[in-house]
Amino acid sequence: MNATTMNSMQRTLTTLGQQEPDRVPLFLLTTLHGAKELGMSIEDYYARAENVIEGQLRLLKKYRADCLYGFFYASIEVEAWGGSTIYLPDGPPLCGAPIIQRPEDIDTLKAPDVATAPCLQRVFAAIRGLKAAVGDTVPIIGVAISPFSLPIMQMGFDKYIELLYEQPERFEKLMAANIAFSVAWSNAQLAAGATAICYFDPMSSTTNIPRELYLKTGQQVAKRAIAQIKGPTATHMASGRCLPIMADIADTGTAVVGVSGLEDLGELKAAANKRVSLLGNLNGIEMRRWTPEQAEAAVKCAIARAGRGGGLLLGDNHGEIPWQVPDEVLLAIGDAVERWGRYPLDWVEEYLAVT
Amino acid sequence: MNPLIKPFRESLEMLDRVQAESVFQQALTTLSPIQAVEQVVVPALEQIGAAWEAGSVALSQVYMSGRFCEELVEHVLPPSDPDRKHQPRSAIVVLSDYHMLGKRIVYSVMRASGFELFDYGRMGVDELVARAQADKIRVLLISVLILPSALRVRDVCTRLKAAASGIKVLVGGAPFLFDAQMWQEVGADAMGHSAADAVNIVEGWMGEMQ
Ligand code: B12
Repeated sequence: MNATTMNSMQRTLTTLGQQEPDRVPLFLLTTLHGAKELGMSIEDYYARAENVIEGQLRLLKKYRADCLYGFFYASIEVEAWGGSTIYLPDGPPLCGAPIIQRPEDIDTLKAPDVATAPCLQRVFAAIRGLKAAVGDTVPIIGVAISPFSLPIMQMGFDKYIELLYEQPERFEKLMAANIAFSVAWSNAQLAAGATAICYFDPMSSTTNIPRELYLKTGQQVAKRAIAQIKGPTATHMASGRCLPIMADIADTGTAVVGVSGLEDLGELKAAANKRVSLLGNLNGIEMRRWTPEQAEAAVKCAIARAGRGGGLLLGDNHGEIPWQVPDEVLLAIGDAVERWGRYPLDWVEEYLAVT
Repeated sequence: MNPLIKPFRESLEMLDRVQAESVFQQALTTLSPIQAVEQVVVPALEQIGAAWEAGSVALSQVYMSGRFCEELVEHVLPPSDPDRKHQPRSAIVVLSDYHMLGKRIVYSVMRASGFELFDYGRMGVDELVARAQADKIRVLLISVLILPSALRVRDVCTRLKAAASGIKVLVGGAPFLFDAQMWQEVGADAMGHSAADAVNIVEGWMGEMQ
């Protein structure tokens, strides 16, 4: 293939195959910026699939990214389970009161029907619209909160930690319902045109639970769910740490791991050992106050540490660029990828020698 | 250093309540309750907090051990005990955010360390500024999880300073961990990386304020 003519899909698939494409793919996962682009409130923006389609297509062009993002907000899944969402004027929508008030509620919990939940239909429609616009030229990323991480929103983080340690049987019941939901939800997004599913699983991160517990719980759940998802998955730690469990995550059958800015990308790449690709790890919170020069330096550093040989999708470390990040920073990131992300990365050796 | 810190910390990390309780009882054979808290419980929680920050202990362990120590200490130092640290007058709050776990952990660790403080739950800027002044708070602990809430701390600090309240503000939560400069940018007096940091920092301020 002529490297200079690669489209975003070819570029992405090449790097996921642990080969070097024409340049490092830029997975700039923008969401809320679509509302800014369309001059709407965040609440209005998410009320209609057409807005998200238009917003995503404009952002793709503006920031020269290599993917489209079918993600609305995490709480949309909770809405499907009967919960509510709180909209903010200047930040991501958040989930309201927990739908599981007492652990006993789990005994009668039933997963909602993905095909009829109205909120989810908006997401399918958005993905279908994006697919109609780009076909197979640009990867479209769908999102599912992992069955293992969803309970943080379903019941509250404190109550969930207690359940995990103290009520193994109820925990298992909850996982059975959540796996059924996540698998159906992921597969419906794939059927609508998503190329892959970003499986958000920060509960499994060593930031949140110790490795021994992950091996008994989150990893088992991931193996069961991912085996039933009919497309590739990217397991995202949402900026939680995962260096000590990188090989364990690879064992779940996932293709990509979304990694934290709190860990070294070079070490993460070594731990990934070509079994999985990496997505990350620019610090989205700090990004808010970067200068264009700092943005360039951060991009350069990430590419130097993990770009060679492919296997890197450059993005932020959380899976969503915060609303507060200014345009000039996002544009500078695109410029820097153009400038420093072209293969062969023949400047890297010297850069690493002096830094 | 007290030799019981290590076994106490290890039993907490393993979530072994029986063992932790027995080590604590052993400490009480030679120490007064407040001494046992200061010489065994506080250092153990401090080490656990530092280990979380470094990535070698998980939040689930931090949460469960904080909660457990709070219960343990509640038993030997009930809220009315004169050895409890009621000064400086302190309060903790979640500012314009819906994520309560950070506050819950910090509150537990502060109480497990012998402090008494007001729990304001969740509040917006106006309510918090008014309430902290009305209660004559000296130290205000603010926890947030999302970025817009972290940035709202600036309004709180500006208004408390304008009112010459003298209230010192200690902030914490994920956004402050990801951007090491943010606490200064929003005008806070300090930030804590972990719940145990709160104890150290407030103790330091206690000295200054006397
Ligand atoms: C697990 C997780 C999830 C889970 C569950 C989230 C939840 N709690 O409800 C899922 C996958 C569902 C999720 C979803 C979302 N998430 Co999320 N998530 C995380 C993660 C990994 C941990 C969050 C957590 O609750 N930790 C537990 C708390 C207690 O930890 P902590 O705040 O750090 O507190 C510790 C210390 O900081 C300190 N501390 C805390 N407060 C205080 C106060 C004082 C005074 C002191 C001294 C110390 C102190 O003590 C605590 C214990 O050691 C973080 C990233 C990270 N690495 O931390 C992102 C993060 C919180 N998520 C984030 C976001 C944006 C979201 C979403 C809004 C995304 C979306 N668009 O839908 C949703 C919101 C979900 C909701 N509730 O509605 C952002 C928030 C910042 C921002 N960009 O605005 C974060 C920080 C990621 C990032 N790096 O940007 N997420």
